[in-house]
Amino acid sequence: MTSTFLQFLFSGLTLGAIYALAGLGFSIIYNASHVINFAQGEFLMIGAMATVSLVGLGLPLELAIPLAVAIAAAVGVALARFAVVPAGDASVVTVIIITIGASILLRGVAQVVWDKEFHALPAFSGTVPISVLGATMLPQSLWVMGVSLAAILALGWFFGRTMAGKAMLAVSYSRLGAQLVGVPIRRVLLTSFALSAGLGAIGGIVVAPITFTSYEAGVMLGLKGFSAAVLGGLGNGLGAVLGGLVVGIAEAMSAGYLSSAYKDATAFVIILVVLFFLPNGLLGHKGSERV
Amino acid sequence: MTSDVHASAAPARRGGLARALLRPRTGGLGLLALVIALLPLALPNAYAYDVAINAGLNAIVCVGLNLLIGYAGQISLGHAAFFGLGAYASGILTTRYGWPAPGALAAGAVLVGVLAFAVARPVLRLKGHYLAMATLGLGVIISIVLNTESWITGGPDGLMLDDLTVLGWTLAGDHTWYGIVGVTLLLTVWLALNLIDSPVGRALRALHGTEIGAQVVGVDTAHYKVLAFVVSAVIAAVAGSLFAHYAGMITPGKAGFMKSVELVTMVVFGGMASTFGAIVGAVSLTVLPQLLVAFEDYESIVLGLIMIGTMVFMRRGLFVTLLDLAKSWRRS
Amino acid sequence: MTLLRVETLSKQFGGIAAVDGLSFAVEAGTIHSIIGPNGAGKTTVLNLVTGVYAPSRGAVYLDGAMVSGKPPYELAACGLSRTFQNLQIYTSMTALENVMVGRHLRLDRRLLPSLLRFPGVVRRDEAARDRCIELMEFVGCGRYVDADAASLPYGALKRLEIARALATEPKLLLLDEPAAGLNATESREVDAVIKKIAAQGITVILVEHDMKMVMGISDRILVLNHGRKLTEGAPDEIAAHPDVIAAYLGAAA
Ligand SMILES: Nc1ncnc2c1ncn2[C@@H]1O[C@H](COP(=O)(O)OP(=O)(O)OP(=O)(O)O)[C@@H](O)[C@H]1O
Ligand SMILES: [Mg+2]
Repeated sequence: MTSTFLQFLFSGLTLGAIYALAGLGFSIIYNASHVINFAQGEFLMIGAMATVSLVGLGLPLELAIPLAVAIAAAVGVALARFAVVPAGDASVVTVIIITIGASILLRGVAQVVWDKEFHALPAFSGTVPISVLGATMLPQSLWVMGVSLAAILALGWFFGRTMAGKAMLAVSYSRLGAQLVGVPIRRVLLTSFALSAGLGAIGGIVVAPITFTSYEAGVMLGLKGFSAAVLGGLGNGLGAVLGGLVVGIAEAMSAGYLSSAYKDATAFVIILVVLFFLPNGLLGHKGSERV
Repeated sequence: MTSDVHASAAPARRGGLARALLRPRTGGLGLLALVIALLPLALPNAYAYDVAINAGLNAIVCVGLNLLIGYAGQISLGHAAFFGLGAYASGILTTRYGWPAPGALAAGAVLVGVLAFAVARPVLRLKGHYLAMATLGLGVIISIVLNTESWITGGPDGLMLDDLTVLGWTLAGDHTWYGIVGVTLLLTVWLALNLIDSPVGRALRALHGTEIGAQVVGVDTAHYKVLAFVVSAVIAAVAGSLFAHYAGMITPGKAGFMKSVELVTMVVFGGMASTFGAIVGAVSLTVLPQLLVAFEDYESIVLGLIMIGTMVFMRRGLFVTLLDLAKSWRRS
Repeated sequence: MTLLRVETLSKQFGGIAAVDGLSFAVEAGTIHSIIGPNGAGKTTVLNLVTGVYAPSRGAVYLDGAMVSGKPPYELAACGLSRTFQNLQIYTSMTALENVMVGRHLRLDRRLLPSLLRFPGVVRRDEAARDRCIELMEFVGCGRYVDADAASLPYGALKRLEIARALATEPKLLLLDEPAAGLNATESREVDAVIKKIAAQGITVILVEHDMKMVMGISDRILVLNHGRKLTEGAPDEIAAHPDVIAAYLGAAA
């Protein structure tokens, strides 16, 4: 009884960690630009697919991973530079179409560069299950949770302690104010895309040995990440992490106890219920419109 | 420009054939009817008819969706679900329960209308990205249900439909379907143009500009947002029903997230807050992939680039940008 | 006869009391001005009276009935209408259409007649159009009838908002700094428009920094400072009041 529950909890935490990373990616970009980047899921896909290819070329994992993360970050910067910056202050719908267009473009490129097949990455430290309190767990799950936690802590340090991080936060509070004190808005925007693309790639890579990857793998991951970010309150980093864990655990529980066919619906049911009562997410603050 | 005969005298404002022809509701509708009537002369084969019919069906959905997105300023990333529900209602009611096709179509429209009405109030309280998320979620949930409940929907394989039969007449064949879709499109455009230029339509456009500004003159903004949502959902459902009968089958993909995205892209591509822009967008983006088939593997790349390019360089959409160009050219 | 009564009205924003225990009454048919230094809470009072904000404490009575807590669109139906300090224009519509939205409550707003363009809808729309053109001429922006609202100059937009508010046929019209940003000539014209409005029996609440206008046309003046009533009285009493002079000079210094 408790062991099945634990089993579901572990897989929920594993999923949740990935959603949290994807959600954080949404929040970082949203803070820097008020853009929702629908191509976020593609960063996860690019990270995983690039790693698969590089490992295929004979590179060791320790080298392939940083390289793949760098590739994803470069794609992120290119996306910001050539699609988001030129859009300027276009309306919400316009920017949504741009980033959805970017996601379709990236999937198309992935199809051409790679293929339409599923690919697996070897597990980082074997596939011998570890048993914890009667439940079993793949070593890769520990990698997922550990790496995600490390990434989240590193981000916390970056935004809390470094000048660049503080500058980015300043932009999210007041664009004009940040500009007045000399924060380079454009560089902040590009950095935010690089950062969340890299972060997404890391998530995509560590989870690839468990879930397989393909050119389309980013679609659902992206949407779940968006749910996580909205659930926590857009632009709230801690909220995105919390939202990711809630979505991941709820998904694993509903797959386990209710119906595996509806597991993908869980995130969206939660989001609708939460937005019904809290229109600005769990940790989002409500602003009164000023006239 | 200012010294035209119709400058400001009230009687001249109402009269004048030239003026009437320039109005969307008379001239635009007439032109559209003409194009629909003459287009078959340029359609060489069954394949071309098929593309035209699909373009028309998409145009119907987009004219409705444009009322919500373009005029009322409320995004929906889930409208394909309403299209899909209309299609499945027709499919299920006619094949499994032996309903007559028109009855099934009407039932689908009513069902979608009721569903849209039920969810609209809480959903449309949300703004911007939160609204995008909620409508997206709603659409994804509905498409997952259609995918999963295979005992009634046929699951991922979808559902086959019989030919459309109305009062004993079997409606089949490209020419018949072209006519049905053409007339439905004209009717939809007429209704949309009427609505836009009525107290209801002005209320929608006003709340798009400023909700507080609309409320203080008596516009119950929540009510009108719901109205636009329901009207656009019902139009999508009707188009979905027609599509199901025309194609002879319906699959869950037609209700999915990517189809919703496609519909919004069509509206924005053509030009928001322009009924004819929505048609231009729907037709362009239905025809384009057909042309891109030649590029096979590069289809997604080209489509993605076009989406980004239009939004960056023609933010107001293809049709509206061209129209503005034409206007400024005529003025100079 | 008292048209509007405000009792111990308060509005908190976080820690700040923008309006703090304010009470006053407005007689029907008068021009009642509200003045005070920047940030005194004038706009917040209008927002509370028109239902844009719900009060933290206190109540608003219109014709003796409590109306606070009602949303703006219901208050519009009760005969309240207003303009905004920072304009609230429907930018994607023409100037005339902006004013026609003001007729909203007086037109056929049902969905089906609008969709099918019933003759009744068309007829009332035509009448509304003529009435709104008159209103635009009345406030002095008649030459912009066919123009896109977004293309109007600032001064014309201020008048357009007055026309839109008048189109609702209000009992009580609340104007938030109608002369701000206008030059002296334009201010005098708006001055004249407000007088004409009052002459038609519409009660006016006027928030304005232009003292010449306020002193010239007000029947009564309420002075706010830090969300509270500093004093209230006829223009000559206010002009001579030492606290008012101190508040203004103090604020200016
Ligand atoms: N929506 C809001 N959220 C937070 N604070 C607000 C809000 N609206 C007003 N305030 C604050 O309330 C106080 C009163 O503002 P208000 O706009 O009513 O002043 P005012 O008298 O109209 O000033 P002005 O002459 O500059 O227009 C100010 O301190 C303002 O910052
Ligand atoms: Mg003010």
